[in-house]
Formats: sequence, C-alpha cells, structure tokens
Amino acid sequence: MPVRSVLVDLLAGNRGGQILLAVLLAAAVAVPVSNLLLPADSALHVPTYVVSLMGKYLTFALLALSVDLIWGYAGVLSLGHGAFFALGGYAMGMYMMRQIGERGVYGHPVLPDFMVFLDWQELPWYWHGFDWFPFALVMALLVPGALALVFGWFAFRSRVTGVYLSIITQAMTFALMLAFFRNDMGFGGNNGLTDFKDLLGFSLQADSTRVALFCASAVAVAAAYLLCRFVVRSRAGRVLVAVRDAEARVRFLGYRVEHYKLFVFVLSAMLAGLAGALYVPQVGIINPSEFAPAASIEIVVWVAVGGRGSLYGAVLGAILVNYAKTVFTGVLPDMWLFVLGGLFIAVTLFLPKGIVGTVPVFNRAGARRWPRRRRSPEPAP
Amino acid sequence: MSTGSVQARPELHDTILYLDGVSVSFDGFKALDDLSFYVEVGELRAVIGPNGAGKTTMMDVVTGKTRPDRGRVEFNGGTDLTQLDEAAIANLGIGRKFQKPTVFEEHTVFDNLELALAGNRSVFGSLFARLRAGARERIEQVLEITALASHRTRRAGDLSHGQKQWLEIGMLLMQDPELLLVDEPAAGMTDEETEQTAALLTRIAGTRSVVVVEHDMAFVRGLDCRVTVLHEGAVLAEGTLDAVQNDARVVEVYLGR
Repeated sequence: MPVRSVLVDLLAGNRGGQILLAVLLAAAVAVPVSNLLLPADSALHVPTYVVSLMGKYLTFALLALSVDLIWGYAGVLSLGHGAFFALGGYAMGMYMMRQIGERGVYGHPVLPDFMVFLDWQELPWYWHGFDWFPFALVMALLVPGALALVFGWFAFRSRVTGVYLSIITQAMTFALMLAFFRNDMGFGGNNGLTDFKDLLGFSLQADSTRVALFCASAVAVAAAYLLCRFVVRSRAGRVLVAVRDAEARVRFLGYRVEHYKLFVFVLSAMLAGLAGALYVPQVGIINPSEFAPAASIEIVVWVAVGGRGSLYGAVLGAILVNYAKTVFTGVLPDMWLFVLGGLFIAVTLFLPKGIVGTVPVFNRAGARRWPRRRRSPEPAP
Repeated sequence: MSTGSVQARPELHDTILYLDGVSVSFDGFKALDDLSFYVEVGELRAVIGPNGAGKTTMMDVVTGKTRPDRGRVEFNGGTDLTQLDEAAIANLGIGRKFQKPTVFEEHTVFDNLELALAGNRSVFGSLFARLRAGARERIEQVLEITALASHRTRRAGDLSHGQKQWLEIGMLLMQDPELLLVDEPAAGMTDEETEQTAALLTRIAGTRSVVVVEHDMAFVRGLDCRVTVLHEGAVLAEGTLDAVQNDARVVEVYLGR
C-alpha cells in the first residue's frame, strides 16, 4: 500500500518528526495503561488531572502547529488564530450543552440554562443540529474554515501583507470577542458555555473519558503533523516558502499567490478549530476570553520559542511554554505576562531559530527550512 | 535575427508586443507619457534612457504590476494585457527578470528551477505534483546553459551575485516564455560575468523575443541589436546603437552628459 511509502517519505531524514511521532505514540499507549491499570499509589501512576493537563497541552500543540504552517512557511503572521480555536471550541461546547438536557439547573429539556435564565422561549436557529455529534464536529472545522475563507479572500486579494495583515487579524478576534460577550448572541455571554456533563454518552468526570480525550488529542497532533508535513514538502509547500521570501517573483512566475495563501490560511484555521474542539471537553469551559487578542499573540510566542518553520518546533514550544505557565502561575501568578514577554524578547534576541534551531539533535533536518541569516519579512508582535 | 529588417512597421502577426499610447502618472508625475513602440517576434531589443525615463514603469505595465491610465498593451496579436494581473500575464508567456537578482534564497538551485517550470500553477495541482522525467531533463538542460550544474543542490541564497542573475535567467527559461523582459542584467557584475550574460541573452533571443533594459553601454553594444531610447516617458529615438548615439537629441538628454 502506498500509504506506507508516503509515511516513510514524510519522515525520512526528519529526526524531529520521528521523535515527535514516537513520543506521541508512546504517550498514547503509556498514559492509558498508567492511569487506568496501575493502582493510585503506584509510583508510575499518572493522576487524572495530569492526564487532562497534558491533553490540554496537546491541543495547544495542535494550535501552534496550525500557526507554524501559515507563519513559518507562508510568512503570514496571523495574530487571530485564537478566534479559530475558540470557534471550534464553541461548536464542541454547543454539542455538550445540548447533551445536558434536563440535568440543567432549570431542568428545561431543550434550552440550555443561560437561555432559560434570559427568558428565551425557543432555541435560536443556529443552535439546531448541535445535539448531533458528527454535525458539531463538522461545524468545529467548517465554521473556522469559512471565516478564514471569507476573511482571507478579502485580505489576500487586496494584497494586505506584513504588519497590516497582523493588525486586521487582531481586529477580527477582538471584534468576535466583543460579539461573544453579548448575551443576545446566544452563546452564554460573559460566562460562555460550561457545566458540561458528558460527551457521546460518556461522563466527562470519568477517568476513562479523560484518558480517551488525551489519546484523541495525541492522535490529532500526530495526524495534523503528517498532514502539514505533506503540505510543506509538496511543490505547493515550496511555493509557500517562495512566497514568504520573494512574493513578487512568485507572481511573475505565474502563480496566484492569493490562492496559495488562502488555501493554507483555511487549512490552518480548520486545524485550529479542531484543537479548540478537543480543548473544551478537557477544560470544561469555553468563554469569550479565548478570543482575547493577547491569547492569539501568545500562540505566536509558543511557535517562536519552539522554532518557526519546522512544525515539530511549534509542538515543542507550545508544550514547554505552557508547562512553564502552569508552574509560574502556581508560584507567581501576577508575573506570568512579564515572564512571557521576557521570554519572547530573549528568544528573538538570542535564539532567532528557536529551541530546535539551537539543539543539535534537530539541526540536520531543521536547519534546511529556516534561514541561517534571518531575513524577517514580518515584524515581531 | 537580422537587425536590418526592422525598419518598417511590420504586419501585426509579426509583432509580439505593441504598446499603444500608454500613459501612467504617479501623483501628477508622468512616468509614461503616450508611449508607443513595438517589438517583433524573435527580436532582441535594448531599451536605454536616463534615470526616470520610465524604463522600469514600462516593464511594470507590460507585466501587470502597474495599470496604465490610458493606452493599450497588445501581446501576440491582440490580447490586451492591461486587463490582466501578473499571474495571468506570466501564464500567457511573458517572463520578467528583476533588476536586483530575485531568487528563492531558501530553496536549492534545482528547486528554484522546478518552481519556475511551466506547468499547472493551481494549488491542488502543485499539492500533488510529481517531477516527471521530461521535466527533470529540462531542468538539467537549463543547469547546463546557465553553468549552474555543479551547484544544483546549493541553497540559492549562497550563490554569488552573478550566479543568482543566471539562476534567475534560468528560471525564466524554465518558464518557457515567448517574451522575456530583462531589467539591468549587468548591474553589479564583473566584466567577465557581463560578457557571459550578454552571450547568454543573445543565445536566448532568436527562439523568443527579449527586451533588455540597460544602462551599461558596453553591454548594449555586446547585444548588437536595435535600441530604443526613452526620455520622459516617451520614445526619443530608435535604431542601431551607432545611429542613436549620433542623434543630436539623444546626445543632449543622455549620452552627452
């Protein structure tokens, strides 16, 4: 079967990718065994809250992957990817809200609690269908994809590039945040969607559901990595890198640059939506703060720390920075934003190629994709 | 290519490029002022003129980067280029070389040529594109022509200035255009590189039409072709290099300074 040769092709000579897939596979096997089969007092037992924490990191890794695809390869610095992530999260949240049914505080068979509270009489039209899981899952991909398609079509056709594009993506996510804060929007306003009970009939409190979500996240990161790797290794991927480095030249060769950017922007938005859909059941809440402009900037920092333009670097950066965030917010909660800012400045100044550009293990595969002498077409946020 | 046959206005089917009354102004400054001239099929043409004469703007108009305020640009007997964008014009068969060598620095020399290869430019076409044997052969040919065969796996950004110029010309050859627009190919080159570049361009012309914008008179002499002198956005004189160099108006605005 050619699938095998495609896999070999995508991973040959790609040390970072091999390590990433091996670690994800190992985690997807070891974590369930450790959490579900080992007794709680065993030294190798992974507590459920750690499983969910790691699952959350993996959804951030998927989000970082989507940003690296568009920023690292096509040179489009999107500072609005948090919006696509949140939209995917809302789609999944809407499904889980509908699953609550009569178990809500007000016990209404159809309307979620917040709608009863607002004295709404019937379900808004856009909430229909979300009681069916496949529909919600498709929407978690299609809604971010459609937004990216419309937004990207206007932006790329008008040749908005560089810092201007970054600014309008910030405006996009900010506008969505304000809209979702409004109660009239029908997405729970300030509080968002929460108090979820179950997913596909499995209780979200159960260890086995938590473990399954973790494994689904690991599989999603692995699959998304391979998909992104396929894209960047194709001729289309090389066109994207060419666009990043000399856009006008690509046009005069007869490529429609806006089509390439639009394709990768939509794909990237859909991956971000998938990440959001996996994130929400693991953290148990989705609210408009996910649309905050700063949240989108944070994603870019993860990618920069890990190393832009290698894909696995983004995964590494997302996990490391978020682990650091967990530790820091435990010790010095008020300092985290300063640490994050300092980290970004330090990486920009001292590690322009990120961690993977500095650690020799990755260098062989990583160095080819990212310039030795960085010519930055995009300003830092 | 014979230089003697281009005195009379040729029939339309012999014309690859025909600019008719093209005007472009930027904030009141007339970059092109009712510019009209034509290039024959298979002709090598040099365009010279002092700074600000409109040479680069003329190229921008032909390749779709700048839309003229007035006038038509006809390609290959009738297609009006002023209605098309860069990609559409490139796919019609017009290649452009920039003044500053512009190659994809992060890609290998081979990949640069592959990306320039004429073929399906759509996203999904290139997502699943495989390099065919015929295409590989074509790339090898161009590597030979541009003397880059031994550099095929090098990162294009690591090439010397002259090699980048040749790689860019090689990319234009891969594109297989009918008309090539070349902006100051000799800028920043050593004498030897300049000579080789002139030979390369002369070799390319004949099978396709080439328009070269150049400052370097020695280089233009090396091309041994018909010369168009631009001044203030319009044609000042046209003819052999010797003829235009002896034209009193040309001497006044350009050569005599």
